[in-house]
Amino acid sequence: MSAIDAAGPGTPAPPAEGEAVRIEGLRKSFGANEVLRGIDLSIATHEVVCLIGASGSGKSTLLRCLNLLEPIDAGRISLWGQQITGAGVDQNLVRRYVGIVFQSFNLFPHMSVLRNVTLAPIKARKVPRAQAEEEARALLRRFGLLDKEADYPDRLSGGQQQRVAIVRALAMRPQIMLLDEVTSALDPELVAEVLDVIRELAANGMTMLIATHEMGFARDIASRVCFLADGAIVEQGPPSALFTEPKDERTQKFLRRIVEAGRL
Amino acid sequence: MSLGVGGPAPGSFGTTGRGPRLLSGGGRRATAISTVSTLVVLGALVAVFLLAPGSAQVRHTFFNPTDMWQALRGDPKKGYYSVGAAIWLNIRMFLAAEVLILIVALAIALVRLSTGPVAFPFRVLSMIYVDFFRGVPLLLVILAIGFGVPALRLPFVSAQSAAVYGVAALVLSYSAYVSEVYRAGLNSVHQSQVAAARSLGLSQATALRHVILPQAVRNVIPPLLNDFISLQKDTALVGVLGAIEANEAAQIYSSTVFNYSSYAVAAVLFLLLTIPLARFTDRVIDRDRRRRLAGSAP
Repeated sequence: MSAIDAAGPGTPAPPAEGEAVRIEGLRKSFGANEVLRGIDLSIATHEVVCLIGASGSGKSTLLRCLNLLEPIDAGRISLWGQQITGAGVDQNLVRRYVGIVFQSFNLFPHMSVLRNVTLAPIKARKVPRAQAEEEARALLRRFGLLDKEADYPDRLSGGQQQRVAIVRALAMRPQIMLLDEVTSALDPELVAEVLDVIRELAANGMTMLIATHEMGFARDIASRVCFLADGAIVEQGPPSALFTEPKDERTQKFLRRIVEAGRL
Repeated sequence: MSLGVGGPAPGSFGTTGRGPRLLSGGGRRATAISTVSTLVVLGALVAVFLLAPGSAQVRHTFFNPTDMWQALRGDPKKGYYSVGAAIWLNIRMFLAAEVLILIVALAIALVRLSTGPVAFPFRVLSMIYVDFFRGVPLLLVILAIGFGVPALRLPFVSAQSAAVYGVAALVLSYSAYVSEVYRAGLNSVHQSQVAAARSLGLSQATALRHVILPQAVRNVIPPLLNDFISLQKDTALVGVLGAIEANEAAQIYSSTVFNYSSYAVAAVLFLLLTIPLARFTDRVIDRDRRRRLAGSAP
């Protein structure tokens, strides 16, 4: 992990270009249930890839494997050419480069917004508290949350909580962001504010892998859309092609149901 | 000992609105009725006590003001100790035991919840420990430690005071209970909190220290305080080792002067210790509920 090792505390030095993520033959089972059945996926730096597919198709599991929250059964994952799966990898170091945001926010309920955002920079990146708070406030200001820094998560709306969760992940200065259905738990009127944050990240060149049910959003933002079914990537391509002329029968069926539900 | 793990929180029964209320309903009329009712019930109890055939005898033997005052003050020349001074030993034993229990019990709970094959023998040991010390009466543990360890005639270890052996026994026994309280608290924190903490690059120890434990402890403060109310009283059992704590001092008085009023003094002193902690427990529960209710609003 030379490039990642070389990055000192708080100063990540990522290769700015090239292939950011390479997933090869990734398999993952929970007991007898094989959730991922050989995933191959490559993501370029600055690329925004959306994962679509029915619930249970393996989208969340794929993201959790990338953040090393789930140990994989077979295959390999590399970031900028360095393998992050297998023995001898510093998981905590890898996670600093790969941020993940969850469907259910998972903010720390016993901490203020500011503490939520600064905890990991202080404890894992070893940034001095004053500097961490300064950085956190800058991020909170950027996403219109500065007036919430002293609030506890349960005082915030779902949309605000999810934006704080995104800020919390960004505070570790990740090079890749994984978003796991980040709007699925939100009331409809709160979805837009979170999607705006993601658009802002994409516009600033963040490499992202996004599992989503928001097809309209995926069509707008994705440079590539992957359709997952039964633990495999059935079809992928630019959104213009995949949404208008899906080739695989399962993709067609899935999109037809989405259209019938009025979601596209 | 009456130690409940994760049982219904004291004071939560029959509560409405802001907090535990012994008086249900409101208004001046309700207050008047409850006052009258209280007076009638109390009056009846006092009447029964005063009119009982042996009332005078009991009052003289158990509640004699002169004896109570003498027991409280103590008089070494007459061969008995001050119950009022002896309660300080109870307080010191309680404080020492409480701190140690909080540490030992947490260690046991963490071992019990550890994962991985390497820790397996330790998990089994912690389970045996908890089963053993929850199953053996505290009094027997106190006797075994208090008389057994000195009999070993080890240097230093066998040369401690009765109070030290008493605290050791209290810690051994209560840690078993409190570790189960911790375990319930740790289990009550959702796995997604662990995932969120680890996903940010926090080590397992840091996640435990800053994310999991604070939430776990907050969830079990009422049962923890409940256990400590019991612990305050159970320091009286250490008297069997000859430590001059309040109960032992009262016993010495009664066997010297042949009057049991000293026990009433000890009882009052224990009440003065436990009631503030009980009210504090109620307040913590109340505050916790209000915080959660406030939190559910957007």
